[in-house]
Amino acid sequence: MSTKKISAPFDEKTVADLKSGDSVLITGTIYTARDAAHKCLTELIEQKKSLPFELRGAVVYYVGPSPEKPGQVIGSAGPTTSYRMDAYSTLLMQHGLKGMIGKGKRSPAVIDAMKNYRAVYLAATGGAGALLSKCIKKSEIIAFEELGPEAVRRLEVENFPAIVINDIHGNDLYDEGIKKYAR
Amino acid sequence: MRDINISEITGVVKKLCLDTNFVLPEDVWKKLREAQATEESPAGKDVLKQIIENDTIAEKEKIPMCQDTGLAVVFVEVGQEVHITGGDLTDAINQGVREGYTEGYLRKSVVADPLRRKNTGDNTPAVIHTEIVSGDKLKISVIPKGGGSENMGSLAMLPPSAGVEGVKKFVVDAVKKAGSNPCPPIVVGVGIGGTFDGVALLAKRSLLRPLDSVHPDSYYAGLEKELLKEINNIGIGPQGLGGRVTALAVLIETYPCHITAIPVAVNIQCHACRRKTFII
Repeated sequence: MSTKKISAPFDEKTVADLKSGDSVLITGTIYTARDAAHKCLTELIEQKKSLPFELRGAVVYYVGPSPEKPGQVIGSAGPTTSYRMDAYSTLLMQHGLKGMIGKGKRSPAVIDAMKNYRAVYLAATGGAGALLSKCIKKSEIIAFEELGPEAVRRLEVENFPAIVINDIHGNDLYDEGIKKYAR
Repeated sequence: MRDINISEITGVVKKLCLDTNFVLPEDVWKKLREAQATEESPAGKDVLKQIIENDTIAEKEKIPMCQDTGLAVVFVEVGQEVHITGGDLTDAINQGVREGYTEGYLRKSVVADPLRRKNTGDNTPAVIHTEIVSGDKLKISVIPKGGGSENMGSLAMLPPSAGVEGVKKFVVDAVKKAGSNPCPPIVVGVGIGGTFDGVALLAKRSLLRPLDSVHPDSYYAGLEKELLKEINNIGIGPQGLGGRVTALAVLIETYPCHITAIPVAVNIQCHACRRKTFII
């Protein structure tokens, strides 16, 4: 399999070039957010308040890492199941979000929104948190510290491996994969 | 009577919480290596390679193999000749969980109330299943259960007319519906029989059985094989990217039941099939 190297945040060209099934290595800045953080971000948008990070072009990673040991950048840090964020994702894409990293299938509404707002969804390997933590070079809590593992962190990643599930054309690797291997 | 002090119980639970999160059991390793050899899909093969690399790093560097270090499910078999001294069994188990999750830098993933959702801060309480058995031993098993796979479980009270075909359809549909969510390749724990409450526990307890073991009842050994084949024919594959290996094993546990029903429950376990037993 060929692997594309891309940088985060994502620009229009990066997003347009990604196709469902592409393996990528991501280098750059991404932000962690899961259930509780998505709820907080949504409330801030609705109240027209400023967000803890620039959403335009942003890539969010659905992860609640385990605590880091002294001297570690971060603990185990693999993806969590994405459907729990479906209720919030469209609004974030309307405000410029370009990439989401998680694992598991997205709702038809979110897949539609990815087409409309030109954003992509990528999967990292669930249950590979020790391995993925090695690609995270810096981690800093920037908002909602009270949420513990659900706080928003700014991460600097290097060659973080992921695979494109949904591209801006509405393709879905999960559907394609099953079709190909069903007996 | 044989005296067992609670401090010993706390120590064992603590160690089991740490070991399970860092070290994948040998039977699971074996199945993952087999899966890597048989998987046909390139994306699936790559996922299995990553998982094997991950679990190697976890053991070597004592980093949790998954950031979701689970809610601690604890099975305890208390021999009726055992006299527990120094305090309360439940407190002793929870103290072990508290110490293990705090000292091991494991994630605290438990909220005190399902609706008000405030984190308890130390991953307690555990979910504890206690059984009184004969003898003078105390057997403790810990399964740290992550949310991704646990949330994909399902349960039905089928009519007797549904028969074995109805059970098979229910199990296969549960796996289909779960799709890529529970981090395949999965282990499928199946409870059949008992009551509404009991069948879920059967499904959970089945996950303690070694993945390379054969069901002692040849009828159910055959059913496990058939189900595994059907599940792997769905095509979900490692991480749902498409492939041959969706499940590493199907484990069935049964119990007698009422004349009006076939209770069936499916408890899905991700590839990080963490569990360990210690006998005091």
